[in-house]
Amino acid sequence: MTEPILQISKLNKSFGPVHVLRDVDLNVYPGEVTALVGDNGAGKSTLVKCIAGIHGADSGEIRFEGRPVTLTDPRAATGLGIEFVYQDLALADNLDITQNMFLGRELHKLRAFLSDGEMEKKAREVLAGLSVKTVSSVRQKVANLSGGQRQTVAIAKAVLWNSKVVVLDEPTAALGVAQTRQVLDLVRRLADQGRGVVLISHNMNDVMEVADRVAALYLGQVAAEVMTKDSSTTQIVELITAGRSGDIGLAPAAANESI
Amino acid sequence: MTPEPPETVGAAGTLPTNDRGSFSLDVEERTIPIAIREWIGRLRTGDPGALPSVLGLVVLGLIFMQVSDKFLSRYNIGNLPGQGAYIAVIALGLVFVLLLGEIDLSAGTAGGVAAGIAAIGIFNGQLNGQLPDLLYWSLVVGLAIAAALAAWLKAWTGSVVIAIGFVLVVTNLTQHVVPGIIAAVCIGAAIGTLNGYLVAKVGIPSFVVTLALFLAWQGVVQFALKGQPVPVGQVKLWHDLTYGTLSVLWSWVFILVLVGGYLAYTLNTSIRAKRAGLAHDALALVLLRGGILTVVAVVVTILASDNRGLNRYRVVDGIPVPAAIVITLMVICTLLLTKTTWGRHLYATGGNEEAARRAGIDVVHMKVTAFILCSAFGAFGVVMLSSYQSSASLDLGAGNTLLFSVAAAVIGGTSLFGGRGKPRDAVIGALVIVIIPNGLLLRPSLDAQWQQVITGIVLLLAAAVDAISRKRSKRG
Repeated sequence: MTEPILQISKLNKSFGPVHVLRDVDLNVYPGEVTALVGDNGAGKSTLVKCIAGIHGADSGEIRFEGRPVTLTDPRAATGLGIEFVYQDLALADNLDITQNMFLGRELHKLRAFLSDGEMEKKAREVLAGLSVKTVSSVRQKVANLSGGQRQTVAIAKAVLWNSKVVVLDEPTAALGVAQTRQVLDLVRRLADQGRGVVLISHNMNDVMEVADRVAALYLGQVAAEVMTKDSSTTQIVELITAGRSGDIGLAPAAANESI
Repeated sequence: MTPEPPETVGAAGTLPTNDRGSFSLDVEERTIPIAIREWIGRLRTGDPGALPSVLGLVVLGLIFMQVSDKFLSRYNIGNLPGQGAYIAVIALGLVFVLLLGEIDLSAGTAGGVAAGIAAIGIFNGQLNGQLPDLLYWSLVVGLAIAAALAAWLKAWTGSVVIAIGFVLVVTNLTQHVVPGIIAAVCIGAAIGTLNGYLVAKVGIPSFVVTLALFLAWQGVVQFALKGQPVPVGQVKLWHDLTYGTLSVLWSWVFILVLVGGYLAYTLNTSIRAKRAGLAHDALALVLLRGGILTVVAVVVTILASDNRGLNRYRVVDGIPVPAAIVITLMVICTLLLTKTTWGRHLYATGGNEEAARRAGIDVVHMKVTAFILCSAFGAFGVVMLSSYQSSASLDLGAGNTLLFSVAAAVIGGTSLFGGRGKPRDAVIGALVIVIIPNGLLLRPSLDAQWQQVITGIVLLLAAAVDAISRKRSKRG
């Protein structure tokens, strides 16, 4: 078994009196899609924000490639090679695909001037590397793209910098059937190319189809981390809603106590 | 852009047989027909660019040709740049702020303060003693504080510019014309720092901040001038900003540099992109565009090289200085916005502030620098205005000055909601604004009141075009 690339152990986070994350453990392996599932308010977003460095964790350890790291500002995570694709996409509509992919990290010539040709070439390489076939020009304005294409651009932006871990927050939430298909294929490809992928999703079909491993959060605790191939949709839904399913999950006392 | 909506191209599940999507447009050579098709595509998806304002200009031109046969005379056309340059310069500055979705209502009166102070310094020989004492020391201290504030907000260039202004004022170099005008621009930059700080750091809406300062600076101008207009028309260089012309030789040099630079740049880009295997404009397209520009520029210069004066004792020939100033500033602004990281980040911040923040762009810095530039342009614009009026008047930069400039930017196609607009828009818009009084005044029987009514209607039409195109681009 390979070592996890991102290893979170005993992470705690409180907002005032509210204990949002309790002793959360999560392992992300290279080449695997780890789905993070849980009901609204289970703490998924908080966990992601702790990894991103937007919130500081109260206690616990985060290891990246085996080394303990402190993630206290968004730049730190990016610097390590952890990229985030947020639900609301964070693309500027008035810029084109290339400009969005390189936003904030433009390539230069003569220091002050933009090197548009080089960026365009690299953007195409990255999209081609992800086998994206749906984009007819990297000079299209993002405003003119469909939802699936926009999501594709957001994901491509995340992998442009040789990222090692990509965290996707609900990437298929607003998409139609065909576009969901495109994005799931892309998510799978990210993992197949050796990256660790964290997929946050509400959609069990997506999770069962694309994820290797599922971590179910229940009221701020990890109810269980199971392999997709060993479990069923019903089981995962039970883990999400009740914190346990059969003999896996939180101990009955713990599950009840949390309620 | 393909004429069909992207969805059909991107329909998932379509297997590799369909190669239409895979960057098919990226290796293509943009030939003339493709460029035309793209342009029509942009019109249909709600990105009309400069077309509405240019059409407006043509329509107004046709109307005024009927009003008076003097309208198209070389003398009258030669006067247009002088009449409109101040609007264009202020509007160029406003474009930066408008691109962020903010507004600067104070650019006119802030410019009035800066230009008024410079006028006093030059005309009276010194600022200390000629300005009211309180105002002089406020100016000195204010410049020092603004330089520090700009540095703290990481607007380094702005900080240096303001520091230069401080030195010019303290050493009384402002008695000379050129340093005096530079000092005006520096004072403008200092005022812009204050706007930027209040908007970006304190978080007051820009409309309120600049509305308040619009009122306040109006009073400061009157303090500064002590109720006495300064006849800057008597200062040769200041006067020439509006009424001067380049000599015929310099006119040709200016045009050749302009056209030659454009041709060299576009050709170089096209050839390099072709070599790198990127989408590029076909040689024919580059030459067609360059050729049109060359022909227009050469014809204009030939027409401008002849004496167009009405008085046979005074020869008027060459390209008007204000036209050269506005064109130069427009080119600089365009390069700044399209070729530098700062410009790219400005568009991104205006398009989606949250996206810009997440991409690591310092949004506060972007806002502060945009406001600094806007007020600095405002200062120079009002210097041009006082040159046109031949006087630093008590209402310098007040009244309609700023509103005309906002109107110019919007008529040209700059969006008030941020993210869309070009320096070119400001200049074309200013031309539209200034052609209205110019044309109407040629027919004294028409009441001057029409001027405001017609300007208002034109602005309304432009805003309607903007709104409709926004709707369409959302649907597209």
